[in-house]
Amino acid sequence: MSAFLTLYRRELSLAWGRGGGALMACGFYACIAALVPLAVGSEPERLRAVAPGVAWIALALSTLLSLERLYERDYEDGTLDLLALGPAPLAAVAAAKGLAQWTAGGLPLALAAPVAALMLGAPAAMAPLVFAAALVGGLGFAFVGAMGAALALGARRGGVLIALVVLPLFAPPVIFGAGALHAFSEGLNWGPGFALLAAYSLAAVALTPFAAAAAVRNALD
Amino acid sequence: MVFGLANPQRFLSVTRHAPAILGGLAAILFAVGVWLSFTAPEDYQQGDTVRIMFVHVPAAWLSLMVYAVLGGASFFALVFRHVLADVAARAAAPLGAAFTALALVTGSLWGRPMWGTWWEWDARLTSVLVLFLFYLGYMALRASIDDEAKAGRAASVLALVGLINLPIVKFSVDWWNTLHQPTSVLRLDGPTMTADLLAPLLVMAGAYTTLFLALWITAIHGEIRARRAAALQLKAAGRA
Repeated sequence: MSAFLTLYRRELSLAWGRGGGALMACGFYACIAALVPLAVGSEPERLRAVAPGVAWIALALSTLLSLERLYERDYEDGTLDLLALGPAPLAAVAAAKGLAQWTAGGLPLALAAPVAALMLGAPAAMAPLVFAAALVGGLGFAFVGAMGAALALGARRGGVLIALVVLPLFAPPVIFGAGALHAFSEGLNWGPGFALLAAYSLAAVALTPFAAAAAVRNALD
Repeated sequence: MVFGLANPQRFLSVTRHAPAILGGLAAILFAVGVWLSFTAPEDYQQGDTVRIMFVHVPAAWLSLMVYAVLGGASFFALVFRHVLADVAARAAAPLGAAFTALALVTGSLWGRPMWGTWWEWDARLTSVLVLFLFYLGYMALRASIDDEAKAGRAASVLALVGLINLPIVKFSVDWWNTLHQPTSVLRLDGPTMTADLLAPLLVMAGAYTTLFLALWITAIHGEIRARRAAALQLKAAGRA
């Protein structure tokens, strides 16, 4: 357990990067949110209709930003070999990376998401749900993204490949999260969509570290 | 049986004539299926357009079946290190992607006269499109890693993770309100189609399946021979 905590602290400090990691992700998020009215037209009704969905899509895309260097960094300087030989199982290393991605990147994005949604015209009552859904969904995005980064380790054109591999896997949480937000905005029950979103994130936390560990082992030998 | 065929030489000798036999069978089934498709009665609502179903539905069935084959082969490759399973998975992926693209295109052609639109973002169409993207992601990952063995293992992990999408595609028409036709053939209560429309559908499904098997085995043969050729080249270069 202490090995996991040490790993987590290390990954967190790397992902946080003295504020750089989190702020860049939030900046990217703000840029997408700013481009949407330019693309869609600034009529309030039209923006209000797409606000929840856009907030969600931008969240998924912002998660992809920091994935390419997640394993490359350690692979290049030999740290990953040491981690593979160390006391903690590789699945714990993968889980620590995923958790650090979520803490350093997903939490600030979850704070930015309601702001963006409100600026795009979503009703103020939706803000807490947007924050909660971004928090829970961000966990799933971070872990699945970390697994994608492990799979693409050692490949050419890593960044785009990770996106191509991971975005189809992002489809269920996008469907459920945006579905919950749309249900809320129409006065329907948002519980089932949110529950399915949480189920996806928890399944990602439970299962993807093992897939990522298998991929890392494959890339190392 | 699966492990009996793990030896490439044995596989080649056992399936030497399989592509020709299966190809001939597929040709016969296609001939019968097309004839049955054109002589089947008109649908009372859709008229003659219903005949696209005999091309569209088997393609969609194959797209799911080939992904299941891909997942199974990846499982054998990853867990049992079955020598030919990796080759089989690699061979199956482009075929599956082609069947999925065929299902999407023929479905679009059918949707235009029936629903008045070329495309609709309902649950079934979106999940099949996502399935197509899964195939593309698999092929991209395979192609991007230079070491053949490493690429195979990473792609196997990805294929297994993607298996979650299969039940979502199959049951999407039941779980969500969609424009697409709900399940009418593989149901617990039995098919809701009459025999005169079900027969051409099943014959065409058989034709598509034998065609897939013929092409798949041909591709596996090709891959085995390509690897042998590469090994011989290396050996010759070593001697020179």
